[in-house]
Amino acid sequence: MRYCYLILLLPYYVLAAEPSQQRQQDLDNMLKHDCGSCHGLPPKGGLGPSLMPEALAGKSDDFLLQTIQQGRPGTAMPPWQNFLNKEETLWLIKLLRQR
Amino acid sequence: MKSLLKALFLSQLIWCNGVAQAEPRASGDLGLVIEREQGSVQIVNTSKNSALSRITELGDLSHASVVFSRDQRYAYVFGRDGGLSKIDIIQDKLEKRIVQAGNSIGGAISQDGRLIAVSNYTPGGVKIFSADTLEQLADIPAVYGDGQLSKVVGLADATGQRFVFSLFDADEIWIADAKNPREPQIQKFKNIGKQPYDALLTPDGRYYLAGLFGESGLAKLDMWQPEAGVQRVLPDYGKQDEKLPVYKMPHLQGWTNSGNWLFVPAVGQHEVLVIDRNNWQLLKRIPVAGQPVFVTARPDGRQVWINFAFPDNQRVQVLDVKDLSIIKTLEPGKAVLHMEFTPRGEAVWLAVRDDDRVMVYDTETLAETARLPADKPSGIFFASRANQLGL
Ligand code: HEC
Repeated sequence: MRYCYLILLLPYYVLAAEPSQQRQQDLDNMLKHDCGSCHGLPPKGGLGPSLMPEALAGKSDDFLLQTIQQGRPGTAMPPWQNFLNKEETLWLIKLLRQR
Repeated sequence: MKSLLKALFLSQLIWCNGVAQAEPRASGDLGLVIEREQGSVQIVNTSKNSALSRITELGDLSHASVVFSRDQRYAYVFGRDGGLSKIDIIQDKLEKRIVQAGNSIGGAISQDGRLIAVSNYTPGGVKIFSADTLEQLADIPAVYGDGQLSKVVGLADATGQRFVFSLFDADEIWIADAKNPREPQIQKFKNIGKQPYDALLTPDGRYYLAGLFGESGLAKLDMWQPEAGVQRVLPDYGKQDEKLPVYKMPHLQGWTNSGNWLFVPAVGQHEVLVIDRNNWQLLKRIPVAGQPVFVTARPDGRQVWINFAFPDNQRVQVLDVKDLSIIKTLEPGKAVLHMEFTPRGEAVWLAVRDDDRVMVYDTETLAETARLPADKPSGIFFASRANQLGL
């Protein structure tokens, strides 16, 4: 929640860059634990599907960005746009693809 | 060199003697703390508020749960990666570990303590093992539609050597009678409601209630007369309200019965629901500080403690059952994932994941009395669960 306020305060050009070191750590933690509660740790799947590189291989960044930002209505995947901006989401996708 | 050897030998001797003379350890006040990131557990003592040991290399414990043998000597840990680990909590050792499926969600121990059942996401189904040897006795694939397998959730032990569980993708509840564990008899209930996501057995073992994710309300099965079928509870609850996105699935085990009332987390709402068990009607909606995950009664039923999903998981609220009102909001730390009461409820242990600690609170003064370091703790399970149906 705290982060939304931070993000609102940041000038836009900062957002266009990679997340800060501290923020990267928070994002990594979030991926492990908050995403992990549905996707597993490592994210080999749980209630949500596997997010391992093999599983994401055929899917474009845009498609995954859309899924994470908006969620998938009618499924248990919630929208994260209030907590993750576009750059942060793309950084997470990069992280997932590199595992 | 000689003297060094002698010294070594002596110290060995002292050490061995020390072990031989150690107090025998009882386990009634012991428990496990799950450390989700490194896949380990700590064995803790709830009388001394201390950690005794750590057992490592238990695989993926990102969603783990634990049941105890009736002699309270062994803890069975169910990991996300299908791992089933049998831990001797008296001798601090891993007795046996198997990987029984690709992806698993929870487990249960039979009424007589001889069988362990595990519910799996992949391959979807339930497997039954000997509690003694972990030998597999039965495999129950959760087949539905034209041959698909459903994820299985909400597995609980019922009286009569039965296991009861829900099929998330198939909208079914099954009862497996395991009197003959190699050939369990299955009874199926279909169209019980959309996407059951977890379930509980009331502490008296009578009602099995599955929470629904895909629609409002709960599905209820009376274990005294399953032939009467599944009934819906609160089917219209919250229909007119806007549902918030759910960042963490509520958990139903540990939901509660206090007298004739059941306390239930509302899915996608900042509310706890109080259901009257006499008529299964809604008695009250209690506004709370976030989307509840665990809604757990103190063993005497006087208080209910509530924790919350992201992004409100730094809070814990205490509800006084006497007048159904929130009496305290605590902020123990970042990401409080689980709460476990000591057997008679004078204290509660909280797992505070992002601050890497477990905190102990006095349930009367609501003040912190101890804290223990733990690596990303997520679940806390005390051996007193051994004697409770449905846990
Ligand atoms: C409450 C459970 C839950 C949480 C928490 C959750 N997800 Fe999901 N996620 C799902 C489900 C269920 C699906 C599958 C949706 C479907 O059926 O299409 C999914 C799908 C996805 C997909 C699409 C995968 C594919 O192969 O198409 C991505 C990417 C994803 N989630 C990323 C995330 C990230 C990143 C987070 C954390 C910021 C997260 N999820 C947190 C439940 C969850």
